[in-house]
Amino acid sequence: MMGKELMHFHVNGEDREFAAPPNRLLLDALREDLGLTGTKRGCDDSSCGCCAVLIDGVPTLSCAALAASCEGSEITTVEGLGVAGALDPAQEGWVERAGAQCGFCTPGFLITTVALLRRNPNPSLDEIRDALSSNLCRCTGYMQIYESVKYAIEKRQKEAQQAASAPAVR
Amino acid sequence: MPMTDARTKIVGLGKYTDDLHVPGMLIGRILHSPHAHARIVSIDTSRADALPGVHGIATGKDAPTPYGILPIGHDECVFAVDKARYVGDNVAAVAATSAEIAEQALDLIHVEYEPLHTWFDPEESMQAESDWIHESRPHNIEKEYHHSFGDPEAGFTEADFVAEQRYVAGEVNHAAMEPHATLAIWEPDDRLTVYSSTQVPYYLHRTISEVCAMPMNRIRVIKPLIGSGFGGKSEVIPIEVAATVLAKKTKRPVKITYTREEVFYAHRGRPRTIVDLKMGITREGKIAAVQARVVQDGGAYCGFGPVTVLYSGALLGAIYDVPAVRYDGYRVLTNKPACGAMRGHGTVNVRFAFESMLDELACKAGLDPAEVRRKNLLMAPCVTVNGLRVTSYGLPECVEKVVERSGWKEKRGRLPYGKGIGIACSHYVSGAANPIIRSNMPHTTVNIKIDRDAAVTVYSGASDIGQGSDTMQVQIVAEVLGIRPGRVKLVSADTELTPIDLGSYSSRVTFMVGNACIDAAKKIREQIFSAAAKKFACEPDEIECADEMVYKRSDARIRASFDDAVAMAMEFHGALVAQGIYSPPEDARGGKFKGAGVGPSPSYSYSAQVAEVTVDPDTGHVRVDKIVAAHDCGKALNPLAVEGQVIGSVYMGFGQAMQEEMIWEGARLMNPSLLEYRIPTTLENPEIECIIVESNDPEGPFGAKEAGEGSLAATIPAIANAIYDAIGVRLNTVPFSREAVLEALEKKAGSATQTGNGGNGASAETKPVSRRVERRS
Repeated sequence: MMGKELMHFHVNGEDREFAAPPNRLLLDALREDLGLTGTKRGCDDSSCGCCAVLIDGVPTLSCAALAASCEGSEITTVEGLGVAGALDPAQEGWVERAGAQCGFCTPGFLITTVALLRRNPNPSLDEIRDALSSNLCRCTGYMQIYESVKYAIEKRQKEAQQAASAPAVR
Repeated sequence: MPMTDARTKIVGLGKYTDDLHVPGMLIGRILHSPHAHARIVSIDTSRADALPGVHGIATGKDAPTPYGILPIGHDECVFAVDKARYVGDNVAAVAATSAEIAEQALDLIHVEYEPLHTWFDPEESMQAESDWIHESRPHNIEKEYHHSFGDPEAGFTEADFVAEQRYVAGEVNHAAMEPHATLAIWEPDDRLTVYSSTQVPYYLHRTISEVCAMPMNRIRVIKPLIGSGFGGKSEVIPIEVAATVLAKKTKRPVKITYTREEVFYAHRGRPRTIVDLKMGITREGKIAAVQARVVQDGGAYCGFGPVTVLYSGALLGAIYDVPAVRYDGYRVLTNKPACGAMRGHGTVNVRFAFESMLDELACKAGLDPAEVRRKNLLMAPCVTVNGLRVTSYGLPECVEKVVERSGWKEKRGRLPYGKGIGIACSHYVSGAANPIIRSNMPHTTVNIKIDRDAAVTVYSGASDIGQGSDTMQVQIVAEVLGIRPGRVKLVSADTELTPIDLGSYSSRVTFMVGNACIDAAKKIREQIFSAAAKKFACEPDEIECADEMVYKRSDARIRASFDDAVAMAMEFHGALVAQGIYSPPEDARGGKFKGAGVGPSPSYSYSAQVAEVTVDPDTGHVRVDKIVAAHDCGKALNPLAVEGQVIGSVYMGFGQAMQEEMIWEGARLMNPSLLEYRIPTTLENPEIECIIVESNDPEGPFGAKEAGEGSLAATIPAIANAIYDAIGVRLNTVPFSREAVLEALEKKAGSATQTGNGGNGASAETKPVSRRVERRS
């Protein structure tokens, strides 16, 4: 068995340190070594998207990345997107428009959606479909997922408008 | 109302079985047979035993008690005892300190096999004179049923148009996003706690008790969050028993999680089905008779097989007013993974055949296919020719709604070549009226407790598998007690805490558990009302509750808050607890013939769908542009959830229709991965619109019935019929691949040259007449 190495991650705004063999997948490091089980394993061939995380803001399949290659990177998992009371608009969309049924694919979809809306705050339906084509959902038939994304878009726009119309703080 | 568990799921904190980790936990791996049919001569585990880090190895002799979901089908052991019956059959398992060590240990187990004759084709298998897969199943026929209702012969004679055709639907897998996982924990005082991704915690409880020879009260089965099931987790899966046997043997916690490949080989999906169908209709479009011979390629074990083949017969004609039905169903054993229950259990493939043929006959008779469906509607309440009691029937409205919404009348037969529109209908049970293990025990029991602060807790064995049953129960109890849903907490699917419920299958939970919730909530409400009656100086039946208040009906000023009413009731009764049950009524339990137990349900859902397609005749590519689905769910207790269920069903039907199929080369599955077994992504999936139809079932909870499965079966024939409308060819094999489209077009061109009949699908009259449809005069 391969010897372990000490690794340092910046995950969800926290510095984390753990020892793992150099061939450790990022997915396994997150789930097994750091206890971040929100990131899921749904396949074994990088086809389902359940394990998507943001590495320096870029959505990446954690089953196709070595933990060792993420040293010093900023990693965001679903646990880092928002917490109760301060959710990301995408998370709220998933609640309000039933984007989640069984919820197993949800973390991956949320990661992909957050990345999409950062890149393109007002995507068309075709752009949403293109962006989400890397994630599989077996429950919803995707229609309520599109509605969830639209909810998030509208929520972000409302928040932006409110911020713009709020009086400047002196 | 959003799902009660959504907020846990969207922050990644909800725990699924594979997310669980306990101190001292070992990881288990399973050794699978490389042979499709082979006697196990010997197993030598000594080298694996000696590997550092290995804590236990289990083989057939460690758990020789056979089990199975059906009492008539206890034909599998967790590890093959005498012989392996498919590639992937379970032979041994290892528990070790890491997955890597467990996998190394598997390589060190030496198994000597003696290969036997293999059976892969069901029609060959059922002719077998020797080398049977199970000695107790002659000719490899697991079960066969022969039913006849009405007078089919007279019906076919009376019919003006008769068609006969073979339809074949490929084998499909649930492909739930969560691979199966089980964590079995051996507790110090000889108890077992088993966390598992199961739709049926109580069947698992029972099976573990039998296989491990332990009383049920020493086994606790808990279903954590589950990454959907669709039937794939609705019977005991070998991994569950394997983890348990290893935990008992090692006295340690053992977790086993399937790889995706193992999920495909564990399977229990929809069998490849051959349907030889004959149907006759009158000139006016009335169905006169239907006859089907169905052969299902069931794989190596019984599983739910007899139920699947019975559903195929029971639901074949029962959606319409069909006066005569003959059915011959065969469940055949082959050396492949066992098939089982999958969303729309038993009805999907026969519905494809039936609705395709009805469309064909309608076109032949020069009638509008939507109109033909209207001509064959039941008049509910009624009992179908095969003894199924129908209490509510929203199919007429479903047909009307999809015809209207899709622009059917303007489009059908009028779209340009390559564009088409098709209609089909389906139905499904709201739970089975007869339990798998025959008894008169209620099908479900729900307990309610109210705390001192008037917080309500519901204890229910029902398994939320993502369909939203936890939310449904919270809503129902809140509604009956007149309180906000936030006051109600649900404890579910834990055999130590929650009373017995049969599980999440056959779309039974809303109807049965919903009714039991109403029963329990009414009983606890009676206690509250009887105490309030003393305070209000009136009779309990003069009291009502709503908006968190308990009040006198005739004078709402005489009232108490729900909190105060609960406090009064506790002073009067002591702790507030109540139990609710549900049993299907006697007259819903079906006829008396052999096999009559499967098909009867307290109520049926109905669905009508219109699909629109674009077919490229040069490439054979079919794009499904839109599907409008109307579903009669009785009453939408939660419209958001009902829409999700209906759209999800249509999506799964679309997948089976267009691109999903388990492809076998002999014993080997060619596509055991999500990359190769292509469930639809956002790019292929069509726009799906759901229309909710509410027929208000007289016995459903607040009128509700099934929503999670019934729509699936209409999707495949709606697409098939749209393809016919687009290019004038009938596709009788699922999935509708490009090759199949091109082949059918070539065949049509060939016959057109001969007959000069080369319609472009613009209307029924100009379409080529299929040679197998003959007109009777």
